[in-house]
Amino acid sequence: MSLPVHADALERFTYYGVRFFCALVLLFLIVPILIIMPLSFNAEPFFTFTEGMLKLDAEAYSLRWYQNIWDSQEWRLSIKNSLIIGSCATVLAMTLGTVAALGLSQRHMPFKGAIMGLLISPMIVPLIISAASMYFFFTKVNLAQTYLGVIMAHAVLGIPFVIITVTATLVGFDENLTKASASLGANPRYTFFKVTFPLIRPGVISGALFAFATSFDEVVVVLFIAGTEQRTIPREMWSGMREQLSPTILAVATLLIVFSTLLLLTVELLRRRSDRIRGVVE
Amino acid sequence: MKIKTLVAQLPLAVAVAAASTGVSAESLTVVSWGGAYTESQVEAYHKPYTAETGTKIISENYSGGVAEIKAQVEAGNVTWDVIDLEKADVIRACDEGLLVEIDPADLPDGDDGASAVDDFVPGGLEDCGVANIVWAKIVAYDESQFSGNKPSKMVDFFNTKDFPGKRGLKKTPKVNLERALIADGVPGGKVYEVLSTPEGVDRAFAKLEEIKEQVVWWEAGSQPVQLLADGEVSMTTAYNGRIYNAAAVEGKPFTIIWDHQFAELDFFGIVKGTKKLDESMKFLKYATDTKRLADQTNYISYAPARKSSIALVTDKMMPHMATAPENFGNAVPVDHAWWADNQDELNERFNAWLNK
Amino acid sequence: MSTSVPTADNMQVNDPQLKGKLKKAERFLKIRALLLVAPLVLFVLFTFVFPLTEMLYRSIHNPILVDNMPQAAALIREWGQVELPGEDIFSEVGKALVIAREQKTIGRIGNRLNSEHSGMRSLTTKSARKLGKYTGDDYKTYMLGLDKRWGEMETWSAFKVLSSEYTMTHYLAAFDMQYNAKGEIVPQPEDRQIYIDMLLKTLKLSLMVTVFCVILGYPLAYLLSVLPSSKSNLLMILVLLPFWTSLLVRTSAWIVMLQSKGVVNSLLLYLGIISEPLDMMYNQIGTVVAMTHILLPFLILPTYSVMKSISPVYMHAARSLGATPAHAFIKVYFPQSLPGLSAGAILVFILSIGYYITPALVGGRTGQMISNLIAYHMQTSLNWGLGAALAGSLLIVVLVLYGIYNRLVGASQLKLG
Repeated sequence: MSLPVHADALERFTYYGVRFFCALVLLFLIVPILIIMPLSFNAEPFFTFTEGMLKLDAEAYSLRWYQNIWDSQEWRLSIKNSLIIGSCATVLAMTLGTVAALGLSQRHMPFKGAIMGLLISPMIVPLIISAASMYFFFTKVNLAQTYLGVIMAHAVLGIPFVIITVTATLVGFDENLTKASASLGANPRYTFFKVTFPLIRPGVISGALFAFATSFDEVVVVLFIAGTEQRTIPREMWSGMREQLSPTILAVATLLIVFSTLLLLTVELLRRRSDRIRGVVE
Repeated sequence: MKIKTLVAQLPLAVAVAAASTGVSAESLTVVSWGGAYTESQVEAYHKPYTAETGTKIISENYSGGVAEIKAQVEAGNVTWDVIDLEKADVIRACDEGLLVEIDPADLPDGDDGASAVDDFVPGGLEDCGVANIVWAKIVAYDESQFSGNKPSKMVDFFNTKDFPGKRGLKKTPKVNLERALIADGVPGGKVYEVLSTPEGVDRAFAKLEEIKEQVVWWEAGSQPVQLLADGEVSMTTAYNGRIYNAAAVEGKPFTIIWDHQFAELDFFGIVKGTKKLDESMKFLKYATDTKRLADQTNYISYAPARKSSIALVTDKMMPHMATAPENFGNAVPVDHAWWADNQDELNERFNAWLNK
Repeated sequence: MSTSVPTADNMQVNDPQLKGKLKKAERFLKIRALLLVAPLVLFVLFTFVFPLTEMLYRSIHNPILVDNMPQAAALIREWGQVELPGEDIFSEVGKALVIAREQKTIGRIGNRLNSEHSGMRSLTTKSARKLGKYTGDDYKTYMLGLDKRWGEMETWSAFKVLSSEYTMTHYLAAFDMQYNAKGEIVPQPEDRQIYIDMLLKTLKLSLMVTVFCVILGYPLAYLLSVLPSSKSNLLMILVLLPFWTSLLVRTSAWIVMLQSKGVVNSLLLYLGIISEPLDMMYNQIGTVVAMTHILLPFLILPTYSVMKSISPVYMHAARSLGATPAHAFIKVYFPQSLPGLSAGAILVFILSIGYYITPALVGGRTGQMISNLIAYHMQTSLNWGLGAALAGSLLIVVLVLYGIYNRLVGASQLKLG
């Protein structure tokens, strides 16, 4: 919508006012995230721009905090843990979630609303409550302080995202395609892999990325049920931030921002691809 | 498509990572408070122990409390072996059956031949714990933030008129109520008597109320040092060893006020249900013998809990110890039995007070 | 989207045999759909719903005395709380304490009693030690002689509260109430009341966050929905990047921005706008600002997707019929965008009342929320019953809101990017 040529003063004011206000909101959203990136290269252990940094003096910048991450056994273990737990939780959530979404999107599904409500609830229930509950129960069934326990917990937290994205892709899925496949003699498994899955793949993958991001970012459940061997990146950041806010945290944060940018771009590409496949016109 | 290769490589990456996380059997997990304190233990206990026995020590950090130990014991999945605890937590964890009971007769004699019972400082042997250090909860300030008159008494902490700036306090009623009463004129020896009356508790909270708006609350031991270093506060309560390290090692202009320090003990305990009970016991005995306790004082200014070790402390470190005569003058011992009885009620009241 | 598909009900089928076949086929499809969903439902029940129920059970389950001193507990249950218990109760409790000491459960019993009435821990542990040596049979006289607290009603009331297997004491505590020595429900002393205040404060802060999100998010969502897609896609990235960025990263970013020597204060000092650093971190301001930043995308995304579907035709029509832009906006556009806005706002509100990490890190003294107290009782005070009761109360609030949300928009309508 562009400004009409005959706009009066008030309209002009609103038009530019809204744009100016939105620019401020966008700055509010993005500036805090961008600002920690240069600060992570601070040669001094401070969180403010030193004079040297403002003068772009090369001496004022350093990679020492990145070196710190690399040198620290804890950080390296946490990175490994985050990747292991994140990917296993994703595979679990994605498999169970995709199959369930296929069921949920069928016309004949009974108690659809109730089941949907149940499956989305891990996203709604305050994390502290979920985490405390899992702490007691997992302790009892010997899942506390194990990789499997953390993976299962994270899978449950990721499931709402898989369900939401995959069912969204399945809206508008033409069931005649599977019927056609079946009538041409394909067995159900062949139909799934050759017809259904390629169509819902973008949804499945972006759901998986959501699930991965959830696990990758999760700290409350880890605080409660993970042992020291399962410490993840956010868990290390949490103790770092509570005890000693060193610029190492900012270096980790910067790496995570780069990582999340990659995730975001992937999801966006997939979403557009999915819209295109399904014929949604922008 | 990149995703495809990424997904294809995941299982491999996972398998490789999983294979390399296996912990060797010849290891012991020792849990402590992190930062400069853990580093001193690594130097004084862990490294020589590994050199002598070949057992690798995995060092873990926690921030106190018994919740994590409780979770491990009740899960039957104990991954911590030896743990460094505050006195209050040793008592609590022992009550709850989370620690192995330790017979003082099993502990090595002091180098001077005194039996362990005689060699440890009073209160240094609990049913489930063996003391390693004497430390102190003290008040410290940043010299650079006071140009003229510098604070010298613990009472000055409550005097924000003459000594301006924000204050750092640990987010707990313990010791803070005692400090408030002393600042209000109660003699150190009478603190718990006064606190046992409802009027005494009111009086302590009223005194804290005076500085409430100036307080930045901290929880972990490394935070007050950071608060001072960042200039967030001009004065803070802290643990003496951490302040010493910031001043001596990092050259920060921090000064400790020893007046009315609260002397405390830290303990080594063994988590009940550890798969390495013998090894844990061996480490505990090793780490609390005369030589090791004395050696630890070379890395941090916490005093050894054995009398025979105190004799070995260097002249350079001695003045920085909580137990040095010039520092210990009017030290107040924390009454843990009193706190065990009153903590539920006072914690609740403290939380309610904080929230108001 | 759904085209009308023949089913047994909507088709005029007269042939009973065909009708039966169709019904059968339908049942088969239903079962197939259920079977597809079943593994996930079972998984969610096992790892989520069951633990939740079990945790909530702790808020009323109170087995410590019933398990560890059953006879004594049974007698105390019958005690009327009018005058001191008789010799029978004294002797049962006395003997039970000695046994508890031998079995090393005395510490746990003492700690639990102590949370009902201060001093019970030392009373029980000390008495148990001395009672172990007592050989007489007049327990009442002996125990009254040991410690005068055995003669106080409060001591026995603490036993009474814990003597039944189920109790309301945690829920009472969660609403700042307690049993007095006579067993009546009375408010907590004023200086210990905290939970109702905390719940109200949580709601207040969440409301503030929601309002800020609406104020900041609505215009932006509007702009994104009307800009040509080449531009809006680019700006959308700026909204989505924070959304995908780790919560802890964003929280630490705000610490860097707002702390007293942080970026904002340094900038303001440099520009001479202020002479003293402002307190923007470790208080409610810090919590609200950081949470608004974190939750803003949750408002923008659903609002945007609804706005995107609003045809500009209506606004044009309203304008051409003589409505002022403001009037047309309020009467025509805003009502159409309301479903998205309310969905987003309720979601933001639901998510913020359960927030834990951000208040814990940037909230300081005044910016704490109810979740932080739940964590405190679960991890530090180990008063799990009270923690569970608080969790139960919070959960009810959240589920009611979720119910409203579900009624308004349907859980399946959640949009993410």
